[in-house]
Amino acid sequence: MPDTASPILDVKGLKTVFRTRGGEVHAVNEVDFHLHAGELLGVVGESGSGKSVTMMSLLRLLPSPPAEMRDGAVMFGGQNLLDISDEELRQVRGSKIGFIFQDPMTSLNPVYTIGYQLAEPLRAHLGMNKTEARARSIELLQLVGIPDPERRLKDYPHQFSGGMRQRVMIAIALACDPKVLIADEPTTALDVTIQAQIIELVKDLRRKLGMAIIWITHDLGVIAGIADRVMVMYAGQVVEEGPVDEIFKDPRHPYTQALLKTVPAVRGARAEKLQVIEGQPPIMMAAPSACSFRNRCAHAYGRCEDANPELTAAGAPGHRAACFLLDEAASKQPETVDG
Amino acid sequence: MLTYIARRLLLAIPTLVLISLIIFLLLDLAPGDPLANQPLTIPPEVRQKMRDALGLDSPAYVRYLLWAKQFFWVEPLVFTDWVFGTSFSEGMQRIVSWQFRSPVFDIIIQRIPQTLWVVGLAYVVGVLIALPIGIISAYKQYSWFDQIGTFVSMIGFSVPPFFSGVLMIVIFAIMLPWFPSIYDTTLVVDDFESFGQQVRQMTLPVMVLALQTTAQLSRFMRASMLDNLNHDYVRTARAKGMTEKVVLLIHVLRNSMIPVVTVIALGIPSIFGGAIITEQIFKVNGLGQLLITAIYANDLPMVQTLAFIFAVLIVLCNLIADLLYGLLDPRIRYD
Repeated sequence: MPDTASPILDVKGLKTVFRTRGGEVHAVNEVDFHLHAGELLGVVGESGSGKSVTMMSLLRLLPSPPAEMRDGAVMFGGQNLLDISDEELRQVRGSKIGFIFQDPMTSLNPVYTIGYQLAEPLRAHLGMNKTEARARSIELLQLVGIPDPERRLKDYPHQFSGGMRQRVMIAIALACDPKVLIADEPTTALDVTIQAQIIELVKDLRRKLGMAIIWITHDLGVIAGIADRVMVMYAGQVVEEGPVDEIFKDPRHPYTQALLKTVPAVRGARAEKLQVIEGQPPIMMAAPSACSFRNRCAHAYGRCEDANPELTAAGAPGHRAACFLLDEAASKQPETVDG
Repeated sequence: MLTYIARRLLLAIPTLVLISLIIFLLLDLAPGDPLANQPLTIPPEVRQKMRDALGLDSPAYVRYLLWAKQFFWVEPLVFTDWVFGTSFSEGMQRIVSWQFRSPVFDIIIQRIPQTLWVVGLAYVVGVLIALPIGIISAYKQYSWFDQIGTFVSMIGFSVPPFFSGVLMIVIFAIMLPWFPSIYDTTLVVDDFESFGQQVRQMTLPVMVLALQTTAQLSRFMRASMLDNLNHDYVRTARAKGMTEKVVLLIHVLRNSMIPVVTVIALGIPSIFGGAIITEQIFKVNGLGQLLITAIYANDLPMVQTLAFIFAVLIVLCNLIADLLYGLLDPRIRYD
């Protein structure tokens, strides 16, 4: 993707805080990223790294209170999504930005038919009447590969399997031809063969419809297969981002390196034991003032305690990482960081 | 669906027969003599003749079967005659109240309007107030509206009607003489003025009873709404760009109503039997009052018949609750 074209989604300095009884939890800290038209951005990180919260903050989908988008801007179509009125935001949700959630078993309303739930955004955003919405719904179900769509419109969510429900969710998200599709771990709750089908489906839909996609996952294998660019998150911050090949070939942040090591190899000699990253990601009770990965990092040294590293350019264009080792490497020799 | 209803109704028959038998046996075991109120000066042989006339000394199964025949055969015939002007029931013995010396069903028919007007209306009012309160309280959880709602519910829960009823009378009938404290059953509503009078005399008992219904139901509705508001499908609806009104009143409400309709439907039988105290306080001579006086007077046919009618209502409302449940929740199918 050309970096010169202006991005369709541009997030700057996003900060999301949860007010809880035990104090404030800083779930998203100064996150910057952008998305170009037609691009697939993979967002990876372990559970609790702030991936989902970041994406839900974009559309203000987090319950507030306790969540609060304290700072930053989400520029989309010339508007700052954090500033516009609820009504204006409603017209963006589901129409220009579609959302797919993790668990298809609970994401659909159990008491309404698939046809009804699919027609809802069509009627609300595109002003379609019942017949038009029905025709478009059949088209959409065909598009996501649900057999016998006319009959299935009358069915309720419990009459669908998990994979089929996720297809329905995708159909709902794509109903109004959105420019951006945010997929929040869309395959995590599905078994592996269904996962593969859904990934194929999304690849296929992207080719046909050309929308930009943000794909949140903790499955690096999936990302390697479909993403154009990858953003690695840790403790509510972007610690590394860059083109997918660069991230896998030449990861610069120790966290990314550790993440890649945890992927078990299918071929070759069997590893001694499964590689893990020791410890837990921190719960951020305050905005980070030091590198939040330092306690789990094999390369941590004095400087990591003193300041929080910022994203700095690393190697290939568009590749950036937030680690002091990059400075050291730049001043000494480039082999300091192993891959 | 129809076969399900038919099956349930068929199954209800043995249930109800068993219930009627249990009611009968319990009443038979209970101590007391229906002639105890008669003066002691009545000579024993006359007393014995009275006992024979009432059939008190015949064996229990004879008395039970006689009641069953009267209830299931004679009374429906009387009803048919009354509706169509036929004369099937001519010369047949109806269920007769021992204390009133007139057919039990005639008395029940006289009492039903008061009960429906006061207790039934209070139930409807209570439900209509409770549902919006529950919905708003849940949507604006911990707001001042919710706090007040919680407080009022707590009062409604914890204050018994024999206290709130008397309190209402003291405040709104004595200190502020706005409403009458006694319900006048003889009032005939035929013009605007008498209608106003009817409304005024209904107000206090309806308020007392509605407070209880509202307290229980609004808590229930609130809990059910809160439970559903946290579901993933609500987030999906918002992500689809639905308005908050649609999210709340279409997506969340229908799911939240599933347990609530059951409670509402199962509460209907209590309209007919559960307002005894309030009816006593405001002198509403409805069914609850009828039952309690019948118990005092050892009027066994009346008690037996009323108790059995309550049982029928409970069985029917159970069926209605199950059907409503199936209507609201597509995952429940009765085929």
